[in-house]
Amino acid sequence: MSIADVVIAGGYTVGDVLLAGAAGFVVLALGMLYRAVVGPTMQDRVLAVNVLGTNTVVILALLGAALDEPTFLDIAIVYALLNFLMAIAVSKFTVERGGVL
Amino acid sequence: MALDALDPVTAARVGLILVLLAGALFFTFVSMTGVIRLPDVYARAHTASQADTLGAGFGLAAVALTLGWQGASVKTAILLFFIFVTNPTAAHAVARAAFEDGNVPWTEGDERR
Repeated sequence: MSIADVVIAGGYTVGDVLLAGAAGFVVLALGMLYRAVVGPTMQDRVLAVNVLGTNTVVILALLGAALDEPTFLDIAIVYALLNFLMAIAVSKFTVERGGVL
Repeated sequence: MALDALDPVTAARVGLILVLLAGALFFTFVSMTGVIRLPDVYARAHTASQADTLGAGFGLAAVALTLGWQGASVKTAILLFFIFVTNPTAAHAVARAAFEDGNVPWTEGDERR
């Protein structure tokens, strides 16, 4: 028996709480999407999308723990890697003569 | 299986999972507020690299504690380490790109951007 099946109160298990946490993260991600849409400069948008990507990684990990599907963690690792690569690449190529690194 | 029928170790583990999850949501909320409300790119890079890294760290710690001792929690630890290294690096690169792009830092009295 996994710890995600432990009932806390009122019939809700730890897995249910983790799912609710993932839903909360989705709501917070929607808030950050505001900056990605409005953000006056290119760098604002890159930063907002980077934070959104970090949120997505946490959401994937929480879903993997709640639904007892450890495969989701592999997807989360690949997503974190691509997220970092995106931030570095876009901030490199938005500067004249390719700066940053 | 109800919480009061558990052995103390499992009950403490469940409590710690809940506390870590609440911390993750709180710090990500702080990060979201900063990303929306702070006046310019540099201030936003600050909150995005610090509060969000802490929030993600708490969330992944809760996941690792839920999974327990198995191969998948090693992946969670790797993910945690990777986010701790790359998130501030990405924020630094973005802030530096903003500066080399000619973005003047906000000072008191300027209008918000």
